[in-house]
Amino acid sequence: MEPTEIIKESLQTLALNKMRTTLATLGIVIGIGSVIALLSLGQASQKAVENQIQSLGANLLTVYPGSSRSGFVSGGMGSSTSLTYDDAKAISSDPSITTVAEVSPEYNRRAQVTAGRNNTNTQIVGATPAYFSVHKVNISLGNFFSGREIDSAAKVAVIGPQVTADLFGLPAQAGENVNPVGQLIRIAGQSFRIVGVTTTKGGSGFQNPDDMIYIPLTTAQKILFGATSLSNISVEAKSKTVMTQAQDQVGYLLLARHKLSDPTLADFSIMSQADILSTVNQVTGTFTSLLAGIAAISLLVGGIGIMNIMLVTVTERTREIGLRKALGAKKKTIITQFLIESIILTFAGGIIGMLVGILTSFIISRVMSIAFAVSLASITLAIGVSGITGIIFGWYPAKKAANLQPIKALRYE
Amino acid sequence: MIKISHLSKIYQIDSLATKAIDDISFGIKKGEFVAIMGPSGSGKSTLMHILGALDTPTSGTYELDGENVGRLKDDELADIRNKKIGFIFQAYNLLPRTSALKNVMLPMAYAGITKDEREKKAKELLGLVGLADRIEYLPNQLSGGQQQRVAIARSLANNPAIILADEPTGNLATVQAEEIMNIFKKLYQKGHTIVMITHEHDIAQNAKRIITLRDGKIVSDKKH
Repeated sequence: MEPTEIIKESLQTLALNKMRTTLATLGIVIGIGSVIALLSLGQASQKAVENQIQSLGANLLTVYPGSSRSGFVSGGMGSSTSLTYDDAKAISSDPSITTVAEVSPEYNRRAQVTAGRNNTNTQIVGATPAYFSVHKVNISLGNFFSGREIDSAAKVAVIGPQVTADLFGLPAQAGENVNPVGQLIRIAGQSFRIVGVTTTKGGSGFQNPDDMIYIPLTTAQKILFGATSLSNISVEAKSKTVMTQAQDQVGYLLLARHKLSDPTLADFSIMSQADILSTVNQVTGTFTSLLAGIAAISLLVGGIGIMNIMLVTVTERTREIGLRKALGAKKKTIITQFLIESIILTFAGGIIGMLVGILTSFIISRVMSIAFAVSLASITLAIGVSGITGIIFGWYPAKKAANLQPIKALRYE
Repeated sequence: MIKISHLSKIYQIDSLATKAIDDISFGIKKGEFVAIMGPSGSGKSTLMHILGALDTPTSGTYELDGENVGRLKDDELADIRNKKIGFIFQAYNLLPRTSALKNVMLPMAYAGITKDEREKKAKELLGLVGLADRIEYLPNQLSGGQQQRVAIARSLANNPAIILADEPTGNLATVQAEEIMNIFKKLYQKGHTIVMITHEHDIAQNAKRIITLRDGKIVSDKKH
């Protein structure tokens, strides 16, 4: 008998028991559907985090004060005061540093900000003009502050769009163009003149670049917060390929400046975006596989459901199987017939489950406003797995059918 | 055609051995129409299963068309059943929800014959048993006699060496039983070898030779 004929016959048999067929398939639909949905959601959120980190600058190294345990790479970032503006100046001017493009010393702290009757609590970033190019922050209104304003510790500020909305009302509420440039705001009681507004960058969490106020580093250190140290130094390498070299050069320079001979005693740590990225990837990867594992269990349950139904079918059709064997059906023929039936069940379940999974992840991605990503790999996986499920869980019932003794099967009532 | 020598079949249930067939020998020539008779428990069903390659003997040999069937494996037995034996059962045993035509085509499908050829042959055979106008009917739309005629057509599908009928009229009314016997006689006249198992004397009289079994032994073997 040709395969197309067997498939046609199996479809007819399955159509005779629509309710049972549907319920048996449902288990696979749910299994495959949840695997697809969870895999694509995992991939989408991973991508979102990656994009966010990449948007901060791909060639970026960050030097944090505090101890590091192995080399310059990992370690705890403390609130120690080991980094100074002079360290930053040395990194940008020392002849041993050949792979660094720009250096941005930074001092961050949260403070209360008021403008008229509005007030907000936000991140104040003491920065130099290098900050804006290193972190790819652009200006939409006004200007950045200049090097001269750094030198004179001028009381000027560049504010993010979120801060603008908080202090001067949303553009829609304020009517026409809101232009806060030239207006005065008070940061921790001190009066600052706004010289610029940054463009919307998007982002969330505690490091939202839209919800920041940038002021000259010197102003932040000397006038506002009375500090001598830095929160961190951002270093932009000349290219992605010299990242490790840059990390080493900066590390040795700082060790020498801090008069430390043993790298394990370093009072600072250097993290690259790649380090952060791989940590994040590791975490989301673990999370995704955990979820997919749970989904795989539901697929297993679905497979057992298929096996159960196929066993019932074999028992019900004992007489038919006996007759077929009496008329000359070989074991292989009977096995093929029942395997094809169970593969059709799981395969149909796989296809429907895939569509359900894609639809689910699409809806969730819209609701949670994250990127929608379905990889070809997860689709191939789902279809392959559903087919294999059919073979694995259909095998035992098919074998049982093929091994029936024709005489006993013919007599079966 | 068929050569049975010193054939026994012993069923072992726990420690009790039951001899269903006890050392029998006989032969059936090509073109014979033989009835095997006997009361229930005489071993005729067991003999029928062995003749039909559905079961293998405990000892002795069964030769069908020159082949020693008693020594074959499962799949080889399936081949014998498919190509050399045409079964007719008491309960017709047609596939439910499957048309008369498809039922007749089934043994040919297992023999690997192409679909077009199968369909042509099946139509021809259904015509032979007088059901040319009912090929698309499902078994439950046919009377008992008609269903048994479909089964006869099916038994002829692969031009078997013998037609093996197990109480072919057991479920039928007298008129329908006569119809079936007329078809058997027609097949006999055309040269088919028929072995029919029955416990009804009237039906057995249609055959040209009657073998009677009792307690697993042949008690009479008469031609008429």
